[in-house]
Amino acid sequence: MSEPAGVLGAATAHVNVSGQPPTPTRRGTELTMLGFVMGLLVFAFVIILENENRTFSPDVLLYLGGLLGLFVVSHLAIRTFAPYADPLILPCAAMLNGLSVAMLYRLDPAIAHSNAAPKQMLWMVLSIAAMAGTLWLVKDHRTLARYGYTFGLVGLFLLVLPGLLPCSLSCVGGAKLWILIGPVSVQPGEFAKILIIVFVAAFLVAKRDLFTIAGRKVLGVELPRLRDTGPLLVAWAVAIGVLMIEKELGASLMFFGAVLAMIYLATERASWVWIGIVLFMGGATVAYKLFTHVQTRVTNWIDPFADAQGDGYQMVQSLFSLGSGGVVGSGFGAGHPDIVPVVSSDFIVSAFGEELGFVGLTAIVLVYLVLAMRGLRSALAVRDTFGKLLAGGLSFLLMWQVFVVVGGVSKLIPQTGLTAPFLSAGGSSLAASYIMIALLLRVSDAARRPQVARPKPHTPIAQASTVLVERPT
Amino acid sequence: MNKPLRRIGLAMMVMIVLLLANLTYVQVINADTYAKDPANTRTLLEEYSRQRGQIVSATGTILANSVETKDAQRYLRKYPDGAMYAPITGYYSSMYGTTGIEHAEDDVLNGSSAKLFVRRLSDLITGRTPQGGNVRLTIDPKTQQAAFQAMTAQHYTGAVVAIKPATGEILAMVSTPSFDPNPLASHDDNDQQTLMNQLKGDPKQVLVNRAVQEKLPPGSTFKLVVAAAALSSGTADANTPSLPADATITLPDTATTLSNFANQPCPESTNNQVSVATAIKYSCNTAFATLAGKVGKDNLTAQAAKFGIGQNDLTIPLPVVASTVGSLSDQASLYQSGIGQRDVALTPLQDAMVAATIANGGIRMQPQLVRDILAPDMSAISSFAPEEAGDPAVTKDIADQLRDMMIQSEAHTGGDGKVPGRTIASKTGTAEHGNSPKTTPPHAWYVAFAPAENPQIAVCVVVENGGNRGLAATGGSVAAGVGRATINAYLSAGG
Repeated sequence: MSEPAGVLGAATAHVNVSGQPPTPTRRGTELTMLGFVMGLLVFAFVIILENENRTFSPDVLLYLGGLLGLFVVSHLAIRTFAPYADPLILPCAAMLNGLSVAMLYRLDPAIAHSNAAPKQMLWMVLSIAAMAGTLWLVKDHRTLARYGYTFGLVGLFLLVLPGLLPCSLSCVGGAKLWILIGPVSVQPGEFAKILIIVFVAAFLVAKRDLFTIAGRKVLGVELPRLRDTGPLLVAWAVAIGVLMIEKELGASLMFFGAVLAMIYLATERASWVWIGIVLFMGGATVAYKLFTHVQTRVTNWIDPFADAQGDGYQMVQSLFSLGSGGVVGSGFGAGHPDIVPVVSSDFIVSAFGEELGFVGLTAIVLVYLVLAMRGLRSALAVRDTFGKLLAGGLSFLLMWQVFVVVGGVSKLIPQTGLTAPFLSAGGSSLAASYIMIALLLRVSDAARRPQVARPKPHTPIAQASTVLVERPT
Repeated sequence: MNKPLRRIGLAMMVMIVLLLANLTYVQVINADTYAKDPANTRTLLEEYSRQRGQIVSATGTILANSVETKDAQRYLRKYPDGAMYAPITGYYSSMYGTTGIEHAEDDVLNGSSAKLFVRRLSDLITGRTPQGGNVRLTIDPKTQQAAFQAMTAQHYTGAVVAIKPATGEILAMVSTPSFDPNPLASHDDNDQQTLMNQLKGDPKQVLVNRAVQEKLPPGSTFKLVVAAAALSSGTADANTPSLPADATITLPDTATTLSNFANQPCPESTNNQVSVATAIKYSCNTAFATLAGKVGKDNLTAQAAKFGIGQNDLTIPLPVVASTVGSLSDQASLYQSGIGQRDVALTPLQDAMVAATIANGGIRMQPQLVRDILAPDMSAISSFAPEEAGDPAVTKDIADQLRDMMIQSEAHTGGDGKVPGRTIASKTGTAEHGNSPKTTPPHAWYVAFAPAENPQIAVCVVVENGGNRGLAATGGSVAAGVGRATINAYLSAGG
């Protein structure tokens, strides 16, 4: 595909001094993929209208036009601020985000007093602004490392803030993880996890040596020195603390999993993982013994049908939804996912499973995998340690969240009440997801951007060394 | 740190594999279990989004259909003549399920029946919205209406069943008081609840289809069965006076007495003896109690079974409760059973079948309420074929003798609705019941068929608890008028 060179100055390829062909920015690929996503979404909306027997109304054009506009804006933002960024990251996010809007548009009429789709469009505007803002503000991801501790403190504060606020300002549906300001509700935990990952990456880069000093060898596993386990223990304590005061399994699981993965990345020592898993098991056992809400989740996981009309209702309905969808699904708009409680946020995956079937849900999960793998690839390619840790951590966090959410609604693991990135209705989750990919885009841009060649010093002829030229024979 | 990054990538892949393996289990292997779970309301919602088939009468009038609505449940079930047909159609309720034909032919009406398979397949290919099949009943609307109006005009509680003797087609099936099934099909749960609470609280058990779900002592109408048993077994012939004409007899081995109606001796006696024919004509209890004693338990039970009494798996396709002659444990109970009392209990449908069998020369036809199963475009998929129910109940000769006795009985029966030139063969019954039979208004029965020389319709009417005449009620004064109105409506229409 030929580059529309010169459309935007920043998007044009740098010409390598060595005279090699210029590194392609691949922005054209991104645009093509976005076009493909857009085509799929038009198709999705048409099917929804057809299956729900809705008459055509101009709001469909508004949604499609809005999506198209926002995709173009985000594309242009990347073209401007991160021209060498990975070309698949944005289309993957756009795909998931667009499907989410389509699903919410499809669910709205089925759920009383629901207007999730227009809200999600509004959130999308803010989220893409946040993404563009992040790209604009963070010109080089390495500058983030400088503010590592600040981010860490703010992140920790945000994480525990809802737990400290009175319930009237922080409780929504039994979970204490919101900040309610008038009509707006924000889940600070969604942003906290990004800040904490930045902090952990910065911290690990600074203290990397600490973790690599070997301790004693036990059963073939090289254990770190006891005093070096401090940071991990702190993370573990925070996770348990969040679980205790906010009654929230999901956030602490996300937090702990991501920190563990990053420590492993930084140290290359499997022993940390084993220690982490043991700590997790211990924490989980204690939590199970102490908290009834944890016990309920586990009971519902083992046999939701034992109390199908009570505690197990949500899980049972989710399984009915997925099972009714079967292999190819009922068709977009032709199923009854609205029966599942909170289907538009925590259980939106069930809705996709029902209407698009196993095939459709597999495709969605694979889009997540592509997104995470592109992030991981950027981590591999980027040259600085902080960038590697940051991109690796974020990529793992994304996949980890998908695993916990999809596994939760399909009874692979106990249900936790997390949102599916880009898919679930909700502004905090969406904005955080876009900020996350902004950081991935930034790292991938750094990874692919050609090294700006320093101009060769012009050696004065007088100081030039003599060159022995072989006489031709 | 590229090595751990690759390992993290591997871990992600493992997560994806785990997720997909589990989804395969949930959405592929176990999908059917979840999809078909009774607690999964999707099946019901799916049904609501499909147009349910119609229930139509024999002449094509609509008894139940689904009309398109603008709300989320796309079709609303309507019953144009709700109360008149409710015992037959039943109701179709999202909260209380289905009854009647709505229940018995549910798979046809909702389109899931195997009979509609080819049709469904073509729907799948052509992308046409699947529709339910239709059910055409054997019910004749004019006959049904006449019977219903005759019952409701007097606020009778009871049932009417009319059968075409030659085929077993049910021409009318009325159960009163009835109810309007429309609110039960409402999309508003409150409507459904309000009516259901009201119906369930009604002491008259409105939701019971009395024609098939209730059995009552048949009184003297049972004498037809006893007479058939006597003639078939050779215990007595029609015209030889061999039975006591006494006004009162004492039951064997007891001090209990049994009397004729109004304590009169049986008329037309010779040496205080009457024939079977005379005993039928005047409905003499003492004669028939004695006759039953002579016939014996085995003969009577066998004859009753040949008329269908005791069959416990009859569906028309509405399930019909089994009628019974009781245990007949001793001679005294045999005597009492001979006049349709004691433990004898018949459904109105069963009693109509007795009359229809005699009308059809002793051959009992399988009663049937559904004439055709129709495709959504009303083309017939399968049709009802008349079917004999076992061996003949009585020979043609005995059936003719019984018919002649019934013609005589009709001549001595009062009540409204007699039409000059139309010969009806009938038998009335006035059945005592309850703990103090003499002070409880009796059930009034009337079984008949007409025209006697070429029977086209057989009816059974039961009016519970004396109708509007209380203790003075008799089969002739209360039930006969309803029966004749039903017969006349059918025959006048040229049926």
